[in-house]
Amino acid sequence: MALPDLFNYWLVVILMMIGFYVVIAQGNLVKKLFGLNIFQVAVFVFYISMGKIEGGTAPILLEGEPVYTNPLPSVLILTAIVVGIATLALGLALAVRIRAAFGTMEEDEIEAAEVDPS
Amino acid sequence: MITPHLPVLEVALPLVSAPICLILRSANVAWWVAVAMTWAAFAGALMLLAQVLDAGPITYALGGWAAPWGIEYRIDLLSAFVLVTVTSIGSLAILFARASVAREIPADRIYLFYVMYLLSFTGLLGIAVTGDAFNLFVFLEITSLSAYVLISLGSDRRALTAAFRYLIMGTIGATFYIIGVGMMYMMTGTLNMADLAARLPGVLHLRTVDMALAFITVGLSLKLAVFPLHFWLPNAYTHAPSAVSVFLAATSTKIAAYALIRIIYTVFGGPAVFAPMPIDEMLLGFGMLSMIAASLVAIFQDNMKRLLAYSSISQIGYMVVGLSLGNVEGLAGSIVHIFNHAMMKALLFMAVGCVFYRVGSVRLADVAGFARRMPITGAALLVGGFSLIGTPLSIGFVTKWFLLEGALEKGWWPVAAVVILSGLLALVYVWRIVEAAYFRAPAPAVEGIREAPAIMLAPMLILAVVNIFFGVDGTLIGDLATAAAQALIGSGP
Repeated sequence: MALPDLFNYWLVVILMMIGFYVVIAQGNLVKKLFGLNIFQVAVFVFYISMGKIEGGTAPILLEGEPVYTNPLPSVLILTAIVVGIATLALGLALAVRIRAAFGTMEEDEIEAAEVDPS
Repeated sequence: MITPHLPVLEVALPLVSAPICLILRSANVAWWVAVAMTWAAFAGALMLLAQVLDAGPITYALGGWAAPWGIEYRIDLLSAFVLVTVTSIGSLAILFARASVAREIPADRIYLFYVMYLLSFTGLLGIAVTGDAFNLFVFLEITSLSAYVLISLGSDRRALTAAFRYLIMGTIGATFYIIGVGMMYMMTGTLNMADLAARLPGVLHLRTVDMALAFITVGLSLKLAVFPLHFWLPNAYTHAPSAVSVFLAATSTKIAAYALIRIIYTVFGGPAVFAPMPIDEMLLGFGMLSMIAASLVAIFQDNMKRLLAYSSISQIGYMVVGLSLGNVEGLAGSIVHIFNHAMMKALLFMAVGCVFYRVGSVRLADVAGFARRMPITGAALLVGGFSLIGTPLSIGFVTKWFLLEGALEKGWWPVAAVVILSGLLALVYVWRIVEAAYFRAPAPAVEGIREAPAIMLAPMLILAVVNIFFGVDGTLIGDLATAAAQALIGSGP
């Protein structure tokens, strides 16, 4: 079955918007972080899609003249994944500290607790 | 002796020293290491600047891999200028931090503060020296992630939520940036900035490239805190420890401004991209909105740190307006303000930090009359205040001069009017601090306080002298910025 044109990119846009929506709409800090992660993963898919050539293989030296997929975007995304994990870990750590300090992880309740003159 | 490896040492030394501080677990040792590293970086930055002025841009192939394949560090006049700005603030803020941090952060976490400080410092330097668009993202995240931690070290529990919100907004900004970089890579097949600059003009008419520029501009504007994207900034600067406010307010938004100038002018060729993609008009509009709206909000703040934070957003407006004018004077104004705003905001946040050190509050009502007990801090605040307003003989005036020249050269009177109006609004909010500091009856908490310790006063006085010196003689910085702007605009096709 042939996939529709630019299938990957449609997937990227849908994933990205789901993630972005969760970040904006969810009041729970942990859910917000998950949304953020989905948003980032969409970008990873975007990078990997752009390097892929149909029928292309991993860039390992082979006999003949095989078609290679561009490895650079994949390598870049390895770096971005590391950054994403660091961000998620730090975000979750902050969420734990926030829960300890405010007794809640819901944004509206935190905002209510924050309203004292500063 | 100038080593050819200076560009990479500039970044590698603080990066390596951060984990060493982590292993040693001693606040005292960590402070000395941080002092040594920041001052070495400052010396290195001055040497690089001298070298660039002498022999033109320096390129350094990381790991010996030649430019289009390997990562290239490229230091031109603008990079060297920003390096000097960041390292001078970094090396002064670390002196200030010692006493301030001992008061505000639990003793068992102080060495962690220095680890994060060094990492954040590394990221800032990396952004300034790199010539690779993706590498810039990595350094942007190094500096941002450590900045979130630094902010969360604040003693108030609201520092945690401020750091969390900054993390969400900052990550979205950085992700937008890599989407844009990815699109540029799709169209050109390169990530090297010089290579991109050579290949982009050929594909400038494509929608993908327009989108790339749009994503990058929005992403960096989030980090820069331009008006509608500024919501993370006031809380972050207000609740962070004083030393962190000094360091971040003076460097992190400035480096985002640098990155934006780098992308728009070096990579996209500056004015050439404004015709097919009018981001200059958008940035100009939002920049002017920042200048006015944030100043108006600043006037009604009762917390000095929050007031200065809003004032930062309005000052960021100057940089954005300058770079969107698209002529040499405007761009030079933007570059000169990177330096000027770093100096004046570091000075002001240090003064407020000194007040907090003695009084334990930064609310105007609690600190009323402090200037009589702390005359040096009060005087420093006045100097910084004059710079914010942009009175003649202050460095703020140098910026205004360039911006007005740039706006009038284009015949854009309204822009010039907004720049002046913003200065008048600054007069109002600076006056509120000055009035509270000098003319109000001393608050109970202010009775019997002394001047802050010498180690906090020394860096503050150095900055005050810098503020006055470069305000009286604006030619040195002005000429540097003009030369950097000419190089950037000349580099376009």
